Amino acid sequence: MEFTEKHVMGLKDLLYKMADDLLILGHRNSEWTGLGPILEEDIAFSSMAQDKMGQSLALYEILHELGESDPDTVAFTRNDHQFHCSQLVELPIGEYDFSLVRHFFYDHADAIRFDMLADTVVEPLQMVAKKFRGEIKYHTMHANTWLKQLAQGSEEARLRMQSAINETFPFALGMFEPSEYEAELIEAGIFQGEEALKNQWLETVVPLLESYGYTVPDASTVTPIFGGRKGVHTEYLQPLLDEMTEVFRIDPAAEW
Amino acid sequence: MKIKSLDPRVTRSNIDEDTQEGILNPLDHFETYEVFEQRKRGIHHVHVGSVHAPSAEMAVVFAKEQYTRRGQCVNLWVVKTSDVFVTEYEDSDIFETTVNKKYREPDAYKVIDRINAFKERNAKQNA
Repeated sequence: MEFTEKHVMGLKDLLYKMADDLLILGHRNSEWTGLGPILEEDIAFSSMAQDKMGQSLALYEILHELGESDPDTVAFTRNDHQFHCSQLVELPIGEYDFSLVRHFFYDHADAIRFDMLADTVVEPLQMVAKKFRGEIKYHTMHANTWLKQLAQGSEEARLRMQSAINETFPFALGMFEPSEYEAELIEAGIFQGEEALKNQWLETVVPLLESYGYTVPDASTVTPIFGGRKGVHTEYLQPLLDEMTEVFRIDPAAEW
Repeated sequence: MKIKSLDPRVTRSNIDEDTQEGILNPLDHFETYEVFEQRKRGIHHVHVGSVHAPSAEMAVVFAKEQYTRRGQCVNLWVVKTSDVFVTEYEDSDIFETTVNKKYREPDAYKVIDRINAFKERNAKQNA
């Protein structure tokens, strides 16, 4: 089917929110490098943060082919209101309980989204989705193992994880903020839409968390924290961007 | 006094300079697991190192990033270090071979003469 202007707009919007989520969460998670709880975990978490940067680059490259600016310009020269990331990924790393719960919620959504996109009609996106399958599978395996381990740990560990789950849940639901182009994306076979993604995500994360012994808030009674997809962000995003782009801004034309 | 560092992450953590929090006792660690990687289906697993972990499942998750990032791997084993039964170094003389057991080594067989003769013949023909 021939893409109309609205289909292209919808596709770009989809790519921007995916890439921005990956870039911002990749940066956030890299803040643990050197400070992680044990050496082995420090290396694993840092390595996954790098994976996220690589995945975001692949998506920015597709955007570049669609006529957007080059990846460096897109990543390093926009202000917070031009970012399409969910508010979930921009929150500070906090303590390790929160960072792990965010990692669990985000990476399961990411895995399902990429899984859906393995069938998209957009060929370069289909290839990217297939390429990162193994990487993302490890990310969810890592998250599941930690959440299970800490549920079986001390009472303090279980309680801290449970309260992180409760506090993070409305932000996690905010990942599925619908765009203006849901109908167009579904109709053209580009993406199955945020609602379908959210439902699959709930069917995945709720039984997992319950099997580890946690309770999960009832999604139908929680108000999702939307805004990120439309450029409305928390006070934490701009300082992150200032820090991330500090070196780039010294000499934007520098050859690396 | 709070710790001030060139690393902005450290400075904004507001850590007291004389903090005792988070300092571990030397033996306050997870136990170790030995890691074996298999680089191709069907070949032997090879010991590549060890990781600290609270469970075998966590050990696998850590071992994947510590040891398999830069090479091919199709399968991992982890084994508690304490489950490996080891010989003592003071008993290492059990591995020594005495000089008069040469007849047990393959080059002591009579057939070696015939193999050498065959090689020589072949070399002459190909020359």
